[in-house]
Amino acid sequence: MARKLTFRQAVNEALRQEMRRDPTVILLGEDIAGGKGSPGEQDAWGGDMGITKGLIGEFGERRVIDTPISESAFIGAAVGAATSGLRPVAELMFVDFMGVCFDQIFNQAAKFRYMFGGKAKTPVVIRTQMGAGYRAAAQHSQCLYPLFTHIPGLKCVVPSGAYDCKGLLTQAIRDDDPVIFFEHKLLYDVAEDVPEEQYTIPFGEANVVREGNDVTIVALARMVSFAKTAAETLAKEGIDCEVIDPRTTSPLDLDTILESVRRTGRLVVVDEAHPRCNMAADIAAQVAEQAFGALRAPPRMVTAPHTPVPFSPSLEDLFVPSPEKIATAVREARAYKA
Amino acid sequence: MQINRTELLEAYRKMRTIRVFEERVHEEFATGQMPGFVHLYAGEEASAVGVCLNLSDDDKICSTHRGHGHCIAKGCDVPGMMLELYGRRDGLCGGKGGSMHIADLSKGMMGANAIVGGGPPLACGAALAAKTLGTGKVAVTFTGDGGSNQGTTFESMNFASVLKLPVVFVFENNGYAETTGSSWSVACGDIVNRAPAFAMPGVMVDGHDFFAVHEAASEAIARARAGEGPTLIEVKVDRYFGHHEGDSEKYRAPGEVAKLRAEKDCLKRFRKRVTEAGLLQAGELDAIDRDVGALIDRSVKAALAAPMPTAADLMTDVYISY
Amino acid sequence: MNPSIRAVTVPKWGMAMSEGKVTRWLVAEGAAVGPGVEIVDVESTKIASAIEAPVVGVLRRRVATEGATLPVGGLLGVIADASVADADLDAFVAGFKVEAVAADDGAGAPAPTYVEVGGNRLRYLAMGDGGIPVVLIHGFGGDLENWLFNQPALAASRRAIALDLPGHGGSSKAVGAGDVATLAAAVAGLLVALDVGKAHLVGHSLGGAVAARVAIDHPEAAAALSLIASAGLGPEIDGAYLQEFIAAGRRRELGAALGKLFADPALVTGDMINNVLKSKRLDGATEALTAIAVGSFPGGRQAWVMRDRLAGLTIPVQAIFGAEDRIIPTAHAAGLPSHIIAGAGHMVHMEKAAEVNRLIGGLV
Ligand SMILES: Cc1ncc(C[n+]2csc(CCOP(=O)(O)OP(=O)(O)O)c2C)c(N)n1
Ligand SMILES: [Mg+2]
Repeated sequence: MARKLTFRQAVNEALRQEMRRDPTVILLGEDIAGGKGSPGEQDAWGGDMGITKGLIGEFGERRVIDTPISESAFIGAAVGAATSGLRPVAELMFVDFMGVCFDQIFNQAAKFRYMFGGKAKTPVVIRTQMGAGYRAAAQHSQCLYPLFTHIPGLKCVVPSGAYDCKGLLTQAIRDDDPVIFFEHKLLYDVAEDVPEEQYTIPFGEANVVREGNDVTIVALARMVSFAKTAAETLAKEGIDCEVIDPRTTSPLDLDTILESVRRTGRLVVVDEAHPRCNMAADIAAQVAEQAFGALRAPPRMVTAPHTPVPFSPSLEDLFVPSPEKIATAVREARAYKA
Repeated sequence: MQINRTELLEAYRKMRTIRVFEERVHEEFATGQMPGFVHLYAGEEASAVGVCLNLSDDDKICSTHRGHGHCIAKGCDVPGMMLELYGRRDGLCGGKGGSMHIADLSKGMMGANAIVGGGPPLACGAALAAKTLGTGKVAVTFTGDGGSNQGTTFESMNFASVLKLPVVFVFENNGYAETTGSSWSVACGDIVNRAPAFAMPGVMVDGHDFFAVHEAASEAIARARAGEGPTLIEVKVDRYFGHHEGDSEKYRAPGEVAKLRAEKDCLKRFRKRVTEAGLLQAGELDAIDRDVGALIDRSVKAALAAPMPTAADLMTDVYISY
Repeated sequence: MNPSIRAVTVPKWGMAMSEGKVTRWLVAEGAAVGPGVEIVDVESTKIASAIEAPVVGVLRRRVATEGATLPVGGLLGVIADASVADADLDAFVAGFKVEAVAADDGAGAPAPTYVEVGGNRLRYLAMGDGGIPVVLIHGFGGDLENWLFNQPALAASRRAIALDLPGHGGSSKAVGAGDVATLAAAVAGLLVALDVGKAHLVGHSLGGAVAARVAIDHPEAAAALSLIASAGLGPEIDGAYLQEFIAAGRRRELGAALGKLFADPALVTGDMINNVLKSKRLDGATEALTAIAVGSFPGGRQAWVMRDRLAGLTIPVQAIFGAEDRIIPTAHAAGLPSHIIAGAGHMVHMEKAAEVNRLIGGLV
């Protein structure tokens, strides 16, 4: 049965249900229950954003493991445990903290399957929050999925809503490869119909969020709802946008994008990451390479600027791509004459 | 180690400034007008001030996410800090950093840090520069009990010891890292127990006692200046507010903070000690209290009225804009 | 206001529909129209369909322009006698007000409910009251939403219940041997649980065989039987389609498979594909479909053919097929009172909803 769940609840439910189904699933992270070794209540936080609240009550300390602030150790331990019979889901509180544990992710987890001649499975999931707009400043606001997408061997998931979140997270846990699961912090309170039952959404399958024939907008995570808003505005002006949410950046469902661009001839990619070597640049390049003949305008990229995320609300609001900026890019693509 | 009157007045003014600043931020944050994550230092004032009173502007400190106290202790401009917390254009970092990234390099304050364990390697670098350039300057890194468990911290201690760097590792053990108790997360119990493993001296001091902190720091800093390498100081402190503003603090014992405020408060102890010993008059301290109150008031009013950065500011301080 | 003036409005197809887009007018202003005559194509995010004239008359005004998006209940056009004055028509159009129609989460919108039958949870959607109830049973891989063009119309004058078979939609995924008898037992249990009494059982495809089996095993539950593109009437079925449907985990593959169900594959919208995918992705759904394919259609043939047993039923029975059905041969309707509808495929009740609704409504 579907009922409204927030993105936050969807993560919690996906974890809970999969932990019930599979006793090898464990959780690791800082304060994911909270109160460890403290005089007050246990499960005091349920994670910094309250995502894992209540899970220790059901599954106990053996499976919901609070850790010291030692990301390299516990992310690496999750990776090691994954090669040794568990399906760990580790929480890296903010993706910005990848700096203190990246080796375990990109040199270790990512490489095993290939480097060991196909003999290793590493079914680990690293959940992490990302994104600007929370006034959390330069070291707690980045969208770093392009860095992970760059690494062969990692699967990268960037859900845009609660329904996709639950199905993709369940898929991530059952997947035999390392998966980095990016949760945009401004989506946590957004609710959507989510089935009570467990389900999985395959990786590499884009969601066509809105069908249209004039311009293809590809958007990720929080930008999907911005793209939809832009598309609605543009519809009133007679511009019919198709909005595509790739859902995973690795593997990337390029076919759906190409199919759409072959129909519309115009592409706008919206990416909250910085402009160089991000998904927008990558998707635009691949489309240019594979569907050059279909393009009737240069691909447009709507991204954050090439600066760290500023703290001040007035600057941060300018930093994040907006529906207006997306609409402007679409209008320009539409009006383009060679 | 003798502390003269001027220094005592200075110490009190700074501790008092930190306290009033933080209590005011606590109130301002609750109004919803202050953006971002804010971690308050109230309760731990004697640590920052006891250490920094031994430093000049050319000595460097690296701070943490709980950085306001270190900033004030190191002499950062208080109205400029308040502007920064409000994200204003004329803030200490132009509104671009915020509470977790306040810095003023001209005061030797290398920045609050939102990455736990971010500071120790940087402090080693500042110390390496001092040593290489022969400036006689030192670096101090403040780290929490939680941050003491970070790999970067362990690496830095070994590195500093091997290279005999003029750096002091100050661990402010306030009992918690977010919700997690330090008695659990620090396997060897007290952080100071780690010093021998890195072949450096270690001392543990009561962080509610300004004089104890000051003395331990002054010895460690003197050792560093003398080229004798790093020291570890564990300062036992307590934080009066939640981990960050908005924290429900359910992990604390009931009545815990009220008891701390009543029994261990560093400002009360300082006042008692200096007045009882006849070092300072109560009236002098009261005058400082009034001054500080007015300063913080002014700072908040000015910050609220100050302009925000504009689009033109977004693309400054970069070497290329796109 | 002149009572002979009738509004043609955007219908509400399914719970989530709040607006429809006019894609194409099919008749000119001034044309004589009536029930059975399609006058305009309207598209919701779920499906596109033609709208028939609700009454006999002349299409006097095409109010909505092609490409326009209107709310549910919005005015598409006006039908009236040729004698009605233009001024009256203009006044009618000017004075037309859209009645608020509850969308998805609006109060009063019918929502599916659940009932426990034999330890399994079955989902159903009930609308309307009175009359001889109709029970709508979808086909292989479908769910109660397949009846979105039929249930509201039928519910206007009777209780109309659409259900999800075990293994489908929101119902539990346990399907036992996956044979028609097991599914029929679940439906019979649901009818008892809901106290439906004697109902007109309407089944599509696999659901037709299930409906017939309920009527045969529980004569007390059946008032009439409408078998739409029904299984159970002969051994042939497109077994490859079943396999293709089961295997399709992605949008493109599923879209291709669903296209086979319609005479006009363009009717398959992205939303329709997404909805089917949502059901198919549920844990246990693929296993349930596989079990049903094995239990009911082993080796790509129908395991249960009840043609001779239908003869023993004393209730009214009819077969309805789309002339362009590519899943079950239309020839299976032979020997039954039957209606073969041109321009429709296997999903004849969606493609030619008004006509199918008339046939269902007319049987008893
Ligand atoms: C690398 C990294 N991991 C985790 C965090 C999240 N975090 C911020 S503060 C904190 C607790 C720090 O505790 P402690 O070092 O004791 O300092 P305190 O807050 O007590 O001053 C945590 C886990 C972070 N900012 N950076
Ligand atoms: Mg601490």
